[in-house]
Amino acid sequence: MSGAPAMSRWRGPLRLIVKRIGLAFLTLFLVSLVIFTISGLLPGDAAQEVLGQSATPEQVAALRHEMGLDQPGPVRYARWLQGILVGDPGQSLVANKPVADIIAERLPNTLTLAALAALVSVPLAFLIGIASAVARGRKLDRALNILTLSMVALPEFLVATIAVLVFAVKLLWLPSIALIPKDPTLAEFVRAYAMPVMVLTVGVVAQLARMVRAAIIAELDRPYVEMAQLKGVGRSRLIFRHVLPNAVGPIVNAMALSLSYLFGGAIIVETIFSYPGLASLMVNAVTSRDMPLLQACAMIFCAAYLLLVLIADTVAILANPRLRQG
Amino acid sequence: MADAHVEVRDLCVTVRGPDGAPLRIVDDISFDVARGQMLALIGESGSGKTTIALSLMGHGRGGAAISGDIRVGDATLDGVGARSLAAQRGHRITYVAQSAAAAFNPSRRVIDQVIEPALIHRTASPATARQRAVELFRALALPNPETIGSRYPHELSGGQLQRLMAAMALITKPDLVIFDEPTTALDVTTQVEVLQAFRRVVREQGATGVYVSHDLAVVAQMADHILVLNRGRVREQNDVRTILEAPTDDYTKTLMAAAHPVVAVAAPAARAPEPLLAIHGIFAGYGPVDKAGRPANPVLSDVSLTIGRGAAVGVIGESGSGKSTVARVVAGLLAPTAGQVTLDGEALAQTVSGRTREQLRRVQIVFQNADVALNPAHNVGDILGRVLRFYHGVSGAEAGRRVAQLLDLIRLPAGVADRRCGELSGGQKQRVNLARALAAEPDVILCDEVTSALDTVVRGAILDLLADLRRELGLAYLFISHDIATVKALCDDIVVLYKGTRVESGRCESYSTAPFHPYTDLLISSVPEMRTDWLADESFRNSAPFAGMNEQPALCRFLPRCPVAISGRCDTIAPPLQSMAAGNIILCHRTEEELAR
Repeated sequence: MSGAPAMSRWRGPLRLIVKRIGLAFLTLFLVSLVIFTISGLLPGDAAQEVLGQSATPEQVAALRHEMGLDQPGPVRYARWLQGILVGDPGQSLVANKPVADIIAERLPNTLTLAALAALVSVPLAFLIGIASAVARGRKLDRALNILTLSMVALPEFLVATIAVLVFAVKLLWLPSIALIPKDPTLAEFVRAYAMPVMVLTVGVVAQLARMVRAAIIAELDRPYVEMAQLKGVGRSRLIFRHVLPNAVGPIVNAMALSLSYLFGGAIIVETIFSYPGLASLMVNAVTSRDMPLLQACAMIFCAAYLLLVLIADTVAILANPRLRQG
Repeated sequence: MADAHVEVRDLCVTVRGPDGAPLRIVDDISFDVARGQMLALIGESGSGKTTIALSLMGHGRGGAAISGDIRVGDATLDGVGARSLAAQRGHRITYVAQSAAAAFNPSRRVIDQVIEPALIHRTASPATARQRAVELFRALALPNPETIGSRYPHELSGGQLQRLMAAMALITKPDLVIFDEPTTALDVTTQVEVLQAFRRVVREQGATGVYVSHDLAVVAQMADHILVLNRGRVREQNDVRTILEAPTDDYTKTLMAAAHPVVAVAAPAARAPEPLLAIHGIFAGYGPVDKAGRPANPVLSDVSLTIGRGAAVGVIGESGSGKSTVARVVAGLLAPTAGQVTLDGEALAQTVSGRTREQLRRVQIVFQNADVALNPAHNVGDILGRVLRFYHGVSGAEAGRRVAQLLDLIRLPAGVADRRCGELSGGQKQRVNLARALAAEPDVILCDEVTSALDTVVRGAILDLLADLRRELGLAYLFISHDIATVKALCDDIVVLYKGTRVESGRCESYSTAPFHPYTDLLISSVPEMRTDWLADESFRNSAPFAGMNEQPALCRFLPRCPVAISGRCDTIAPPLQSMAAGNIILCHRTEEELAR
C-alpha cells in the first residue's frame, strides 16, 4: 500500500483523538472554575486560621491583604489559573512553603501506592473475570461471584481494621503503620506496602473483575464465537485472540475508573496506615483552610482522572476497526 | 450405501424445555451421504435442520444432548482423540454459517480469519494458506482476490462475506462441508451469484456437503438428495428429481405450494379509484444537508407513486434501493428534502410532529421485525389498548371488547390478550404487529418487509390475512418487499426501485410478460425456480458492457450492471420514461421491441 492511503487511514482516528483531547482540556478548565468557586464558599478564613483567636481585626486584615485575599474573585482566579499553567499553584497559606514543593514530596508516594495496587489488582481482576465468564453459570462462576460481591460490599475501613487486627496485632507479621524509611531494603519495602496494597486491592479487584466478566459474557453470546468454536479454535485462543479484542472498549474504561480511584480515592487507606499520600494531604488542606493547596490537589486529581479516561478512549478507538478507520 | 461417507443412525437431540423437562427436538433421524454428494436438509424453522447439521460436528447449542451413532469418514460422535467429531471441527468437517456478517469477528482482518483453521490444525504454513485462500477467492469470483482479505468485515458486503466464509470452510480441504442457510440473508440477485460460486467450487473440490435450507428451489440447484424435516422428524427422503416431480408426503407438498404464494384476491380494486395517498417527486436521504439541499447520503431521488382507496401498491428492490425509506417518508419518520406526501389531496406535514392525530391515525406503519417492534414487557392487550386509548379514547371494558374484536380479525384466540409477545410464535407476533396498526382503524397501512422474516408456510398465511383484511375493511397497502413473488401475489400496482430511482411502474399483470426494465428482468430471473437445471453457470453480471464504470447520478443508475446498455447513449444521456404496450412505464433507452427480445 502506498503512503497516501496509509496516511488517510490514520486521519480519521487521529481527528477523533484530537477531539477527545480538546474536550479533556475544556473539562479541566470548567473544573478549575468549579473548584475555585466552591473553595471560596467554604466557611472560615485562612488568615484567621493562621493568626488564631487572639488576633485583632487589624492584624487579620493586614494578613489578608498580604495573602491577596482581599482582591475580587475574578482577579484571584485569573492569577491562580496563570500560576497553575506555569506549574506554580501558589504559596501554601499554612505551611508557608510553595504548594509545588509540598505536592512534590507527596506525589511519588501516591504514585507508588497506586502503581503497586494496580500491578496486583489488574492481573488478578482479569484472571477472576475471565475464569468466571468462561465458567458462566457453573460452580466456579457462582463461587467467584459470591467472593467478588462480598468484596464489593465490604467497606474499606472494615477491611483495613480487620487486616490490622490479624496481621499487625495478632500475628505481629506486619507494622500497623506504613512508614517508609529512606532507601528501604526490599524486605522493608514489602512489609511497609503489604497491608495498604492489600486493602486497596480488595475493592478494586472485585469491581474490575465484575466488569471484565460482564464484557466478556456479552461477547461470548455473539455468533462469531460459535463460528470460532466450529473452526476448532481452542478455549484460550478463543478468549485471547477472538473475544478480548472486541471487549477491550468496556474493559479499559472500567480500568480507567478503577485506577483513578486508586490515585485519588485512597483517603481511608492513607489515614488508617498514616501513609503520606496526596489524598490525606487534601483532607488536611480542607481542615486548615489552606485553599491553594486544596485547589492544587483537586486539580491534580481531576487531571489524572481525565488523563486515564482519555487513554481508555484512545485505546478503545484504536482497538475498534470501525472507529480506527473513522 | 457401501461407500457412505457420512452415516447417521437414530440421531436424537434433547434440550431442556422451558419447564425444565427434557424436550426432544430431533427425533430418531437416520441418513447417509455418499462421498462427493450433497444432501439437503429442508424444513421450516423449528424443524431441527440446523441442530442436525451441527450435531455432525459434535456441537449441541446451549448444552443440547446428542445421542445416536454418527460417523463422518473414520470419526464418530463419541470417538476418542482425533477420531471424535469435535476434533474434526474446522479441519475435516467445516461449517458455513447463515449470517456471515455476524459470524466474522468484527475486529480481525478477514484473511486472518480465513486461514485460521489451516493454522490451528497445522494443515499448511501461513504462506501456503494465504496462497490457497487467494486461489479460493478467485474461484469464488470475489473482486480483487489478492487484496480483499486485508479488509475488515464491516468493509465488505453480505454476498462477499458469505463467499469469504465459504473460502474459510474450504481452506483445509475438508471431507464434509456444512452449509447452513448460506444465502437466506442475501438479495435474490446476490443469491444467484453466491450459489453459482458455491456450486462451482464444491464441484471443483469434490467435497461432500450437507446443505441446510428452507427454500426448495435453492436446494434444487445445489443438492443431489433431499431430506424433508418437520418438527424434528423425517417426512420424506429421496433424490432431488423425485422430490420435485413426485413428492409423496403431504408436508412436502405444502412446502412446495407455499414457495409460490397465491393469494385469493377477491375483486381487484376497480381501475382508477379515487387516489388516497400520493407522493410526488420525493428526494430524501440521511446525513447533514448541504446548501443545495442534497443530503450527504442521498437515498431517494424523484420518487412518485399513488395509492388508490382500497388498493395495494407494491414497492420492490434490493437492499439499499431505498424502499424502506419510502415508508419512513410517508409515515413522517424522515423529512424529505424535496417533494410532498398528500392524503386525500391534503398535503401532510413532513414529519410526525407537524401532523394532526387524525392524519397519524389514517396512515399506519408495520415494521419487518415484530420481535423488535413490540415491547416485550407488555402483554398483547396492553399493546393494542394503548393504540385504542390514543386514537379513539377508548378504555376499560370497551377497550377489552375492541381488543377481542381485533384478535378475532387477525385470527388469534381472545386468550392471547393476556400473553406477552415473547410467548408467541413468529407468525403470531407478526399478526399482533399488524393488529397494532389495525387498532387505529387506518385507511392505509405501510407494510415494510412484513413477511420477510417468516417461513414460507407462515408467510402464505400472513399474505392471506392481508388480502382478507383488505376485502373486509377496504384497507389500502403500501407493501414493501424484496421478493417479487410475494408482491405479485398481493398487489395491484408494482413500483420497482433501483438505488432510489423508480425504474419501472405498472399493473401487476404487466410483470408477468416481457418487456420489462432490464433491472426488473434481472430481479425476476434471479428468483430460483423449482427445477434442477435452472441455475446457469455463468453470471449475468459478466455480460454487462459497462461493468467497470462507476455509477453516476446523472445517468441511468443501473448502467454498471445492465446487460443491454447501449454505448454512446446510456453512458452519455439520462434515460427517458417510456410507456409500454402493457401499460407499464419504464426508465430506459431501449425500445419496447428491443427489450422484448
